Amino acid sequence: MEAAKESAVGASAEDLQAIEALRAGDEAVFSGLVDRYGGALLRLAQSYVRDRPTAEEVVQEAWIGLLQGIHRFEGRSSLKTWLFRILVNCARARARKDSRSVPFSSLFDEASEPGEPAVDPERFLEAGHRQAGHWSTPPAKWHEDPELAALSAETLAFVKAAIDDLPGAQRQVIALRDVQGFTSAEVCNMLGISDTNQRVLLHRARSKVRRALEQQLDRG
Amino acid sequence: MPEPISCAEIVELVTEYLEGALVPDDRTRFEEHLLNCEGCTDYLAQMRETIRVTGQLTEEAIGPSAMEALLSAFRTWKKR
Repeated sequence: MEAAKESAVGASAEDLQAIEALRAGDEAVFSGLVDRYGGALLRLAQSYVRDRPTAEEVVQEAWIGLLQGIHRFEGRSSLKTWLFRILVNCARARARKDSRSVPFSSLFDEASEPGEPAVDPERFLEAGHRQAGHWSTPPAKWHEDPELAALSAETLAFVKAAIDDLPGAQRQVIALRDVQGFTSAEVCNMLGISDTNQRVLLHRARSKVRRALEQQLDRG
Repeated sequence: MPEPISCAEIVELVTEYLEGALVPDDRTRFEEHLLNCEGCTDYLAQMRETIRVTGQLTEEAIGPSAMEALLSAFRTWKKR
């Protein structure tokens, strides 16, 4: 989260050093960046394109794009924000190019479609009841849940799978906001969506992940 | 007095609340509801917990062959 706050105001001293080193052709700095962000970029690319080999090509294009633009980098955003924005642009271009085989729905389309309720309507008292709209099956107290306190690898894998099941745009927004820690302004800018659409997508994504986590905890 | 918000409405406003996107009147109604509703207080805590758990996810590093391909692209770029 700290990194996100920093990047909102521009490149850090560390970023500027890394940029200088890349301009000078420092391979160790390059491979360090690939180690740090490569996995996240690959997953983000996979939410745009159909298969892993294509996603890997997109990631490679993004790194090359970064290198080719390195002399133009002015430090107005963090290195990380800039890198992720390049990835999104490459992935989008690729998805458009391949859209004859894969239906390409824009972020705007997904946010403007009606969403399902955040919580199963059956958990609230029905219309006509004196307290209609109030909980009939209220949520559990998660702070008392030992599984969440310990946070096993199994629970984390489950949450990861729940995110992977989300439609593309919701997956992109939750991954950028809650996994990578970007701010809403950065995500809107990166994905080219309005504040409102970003919030709608984030709401749907978080609500579904919460529901999945609830099912998992009920089972355990 | 503005109309009170129901629990079914609260669960749809939670993200706007956490994002600081509710107008002051709605924010006040939201918070007043929470004061009197244990279920919604627990729901908000669940959402915060969901965000915390999501924040613990890490990405695996890319494989050695992908790294090799990138380093080779880097060397090609450097020669220019």
